[in-house]
Amino acid sequence: MDVLNGMFAHEFMRNALLASTGIALAAGLAGYFLVLRGQVFAADALSHVAFTGGVAALAFGVNELLGLIVATVLAAVILNSLAVSSRAGDVEIGVLFALILGLGVLFISIYVSGHSTSNSQGGVGVLFGSVFGISSGQARTAVLVSIGAVTCLLVIARPLLYASVDAAAAAAQGIRVGVLGGAFLVVVAVVASEAVQVTGALLILGLMATPAAVARNLTTRPYVGMALSAGIALVATWSGLTLSYVAPTLPPSFAMMAVLFGLYLLATGTVTIVRTSTRTRVKPSPVIGE
Amino acid sequence: MQSATHDQQAPVGTAALQLEDAAVSRGGRSIWRGVTLRVEPGEYVAVLGPNGVGKSTLLQAILGLLPLTSGSLEIFGRPPHQAASLIGYLPQRRSFDSSLRLRARDLVRLGLDGNRWGVPLPFAPGGREIAKRIDEVLEVVGAAAYAERPVGELSGGEQQRILIARALVRRPRMLLMDEPLESLDLGNQQAISALARDICRTEGVTVIMVAHDVNPILGDLDRVIYMAGGSAVIGRPEEVITSEKLSALYNAHIEVLRTSDGRLFVVGQQPEAISYHAHD
Amino acid sequence: MIDALNQLFSYQFMQNAFLAGTTAAVLAGIVGYFVVLRGEAFAGHTLAIVGFPGAAGAILFGLPQLLGLAVLCTASGLGIGVLGRGAVRDRRAESAAIGTIQAFLLALGFLFVSLYKGLLEGVNSILFGTFLGITREQALLLLVIAVVSLAALMVIGRPLLYVSVDEPAAAAAGVPVRALSIGFLVLLGLAIASTALITGALLVFALLVMPAAAANQLVVRPGPAMVVSVALALATVWTGLTISYFTDLPIGFLVTVIGFVIYVTARLVRRLGRA
Repeated sequence: MDVLNGMFAHEFMRNALLASTGIALAAGLAGYFLVLRGQVFAADALSHVAFTGGVAALAFGVNELLGLIVATVLAAVILNSLAVSSRAGDVEIGVLFALILGLGVLFISIYVSGHSTSNSQGGVGVLFGSVFGISSGQARTAVLVSIGAVTCLLVIARPLLYASVDAAAAAAQGIRVGVLGGAFLVVVAVVASEAVQVTGALLILGLMATPAAVARNLTTRPYVGMALSAGIALVATWSGLTLSYVAPTLPPSFAMMAVLFGLYLLATGTVTIVRTSTRTRVKPSPVIGE
Repeated sequence: MQSATHDQQAPVGTAALQLEDAAVSRGGRSIWRGVTLRVEPGEYVAVLGPNGVGKSTLLQAILGLLPLTSGSLEIFGRPPHQAASLIGYLPQRRSFDSSLRLRARDLVRLGLDGNRWGVPLPFAPGGREIAKRIDEVLEVVGAAAYAERPVGELSGGEQQRILIARALVRRPRMLLMDEPLESLDLGNQQAISALARDICRTEGVTVIMVAHDVNPILGDLDRVIYMAGGSAVIGRPEEVITSEKLSALYNAHIEVLRTSDGRLFVVGQQPEAISYHAHD
Repeated sequence: MIDALNQLFSYQFMQNAFLAGTTAAVLAGIVGYFVVLRGEAFAGHTLAIVGFPGAAGAILFGLPQLLGLAVLCTASGLGIGVLGRGAVRDRRAESAAIGTIQAFLLALGFLFVSLYKGLLEGVNSILFGTFLGITREQALLLLVIAVVSLAALMVIGRPLLYVSVDEPAAAAAGVPVRALSIGFLVLLGLAIASTALITGALLVFALLVMPAAAANQLVVRPGPAMVVSVALALATVWTGLTISYFTDLPIGFLVTVIGFVIYVTARLVRRLGRA
């Protein structure tokens, strides 16, 4: 336990924990709705944009966060209009996002050729996170942005839940379904941009989808599910950071994903076992009205 | 036909639904026009007609989601936008959502306050009344036994009852149902129709149901709105679903056949998506 | 110009790259035709992600990259085929599961790369492709894989086409639908592993889907469509490798952009042809 006490003495660790706390809560909460609305792959697409935006900012020496947010928010708006209007198929969307990734590769090479090898960690940082390199200023920004995102999500939670479950009925009750959907994707874009520094663009999906996937197995009450998703994301980031501190060969983002995956296996495995055993033991009760 | 309950909040004689020479268009094309009809409070009315004739459009006009291009439409004496809180709506359901892991009870709750911002706080005042109301409405639809289960695990008929409960939870005076019997087997169709009739009689709710096939619900109905040929007629089933009436409506040779056990079949040139072209 | 090309081919690594690239393009062009037909473009992308820890793990344990790629991609294809066809489709759980597994596999690959200290170059080349490190042995291994896969495809090609176009009818005609689907996923794994060697695990789309999708816009009959698909894939790889050699632009970027231009052109041609 002395090791853990020593952990908090380091500024880089405090910054990492601070930034990760905010981002985990926001990502976990957003992830609940992503899974509910079947928009997990929209988040994947946004993470591609975040990758390319991030390396572009690196390559051209621009303020990373602002560029990221602009790029991803733009992508979110486009995605929302695509989903609402035409039926852009699998292939079209995939082709578009492959192109975006390809552009990112170009920016990485521009960045690498413009900087000495000791600095090329920037590229890896965009891909897989650089959580132990977060400054106190960046940590503060992360917390503020996360508070904003979480507040936004909590405010729209109820109507968004209704719209996600039954859009036609929600619209008849006065809910602006399209506007809410767009606002939600914009929040996801902002959270994804912030999350790049913690998990890296390639692993954002883990922090958003997995906690919700676990929570789904644990509860059917919506607000409990939201809280659980946020909580599980938080537990995963803290344990991941601690694990990585204690065993430095493990990169922190890997440690977080490992914890998340382990929790996921545990939850789905337990549910499957419980379900198969109750099916064989208990007779189904008669249902009224059938 | 007299209804069992009386509307105490509106002056005597106020219709639940009143259309006067109403017309509606979509994208410049007229869907129906010259529709004049009156539904009394507490009636159970079916809206019938071929595909594409504008049955769902009628519901949307009542909900205020689609404006009239001419004529008037009043619900309990009020225009659509002011009557929104009086109406419970069950939209057409395309498929059976088997992956929704949301407690049935929570889905019903959304009908009550799903459009309010924020999240419901655990110990907020009024929680007990809300829970009581949800229990009540679940009893009415006969779904109390599976209210704690996730919606995705319920059968088609069970899901439909939960959705009806959601539409009823705010004590509407009118219930609009858009093809609720689709994708249900015959037993469930009859059960849901019987439920609609019970809601009508015991809760005093005016029920308007868009249906594809009149046979499962024929015995429960008060009257029928039949839409075809760009217009509509209302009347008792035996008055409206006749060879003469329908032939006049479709402007084609239509025959209504009655089987030995009372089922009706409409045969003849029934062009499916008949669209009425307005010339004005 | 001719001198420059002669010089290009005098290098061992460029010969290997062109051999591997050509082989991969042929295999990807044909398998890709079925991928687009069956609407499994996204499954292809996800299977390819698996390649990352496979390749990185292979390098970590001193094995050839292609071996790691091939083993993991085919095993996953097999796994998806066997486990995938559940009775009740829970689409939310499925997409959440795919996102979870994808993230974990990418993280695992990252772990392997950081363990052998390859970091940016390693990550870059496995994820986004390279043509520099392809050995003669890998190029020949790739050729063997491609020949075997194409032979298998020739055998199952017609029933596979039937199943992909009209599954219920094929099943009624006695075609072993499940076995064919699993078999196709294994072949897909092999094609992806081969492609990923050149384009990188994240950009297999450029050879596997874009040329086939473009061919699909231009030609309808299966035989000609496959030929066009292969031709476009070859054009993509050859152009990409050549430009990359002369300009130092990364291969992953080039094949993606060329593939994109080809696809957009094909769509425009089709739209103009209709008008």
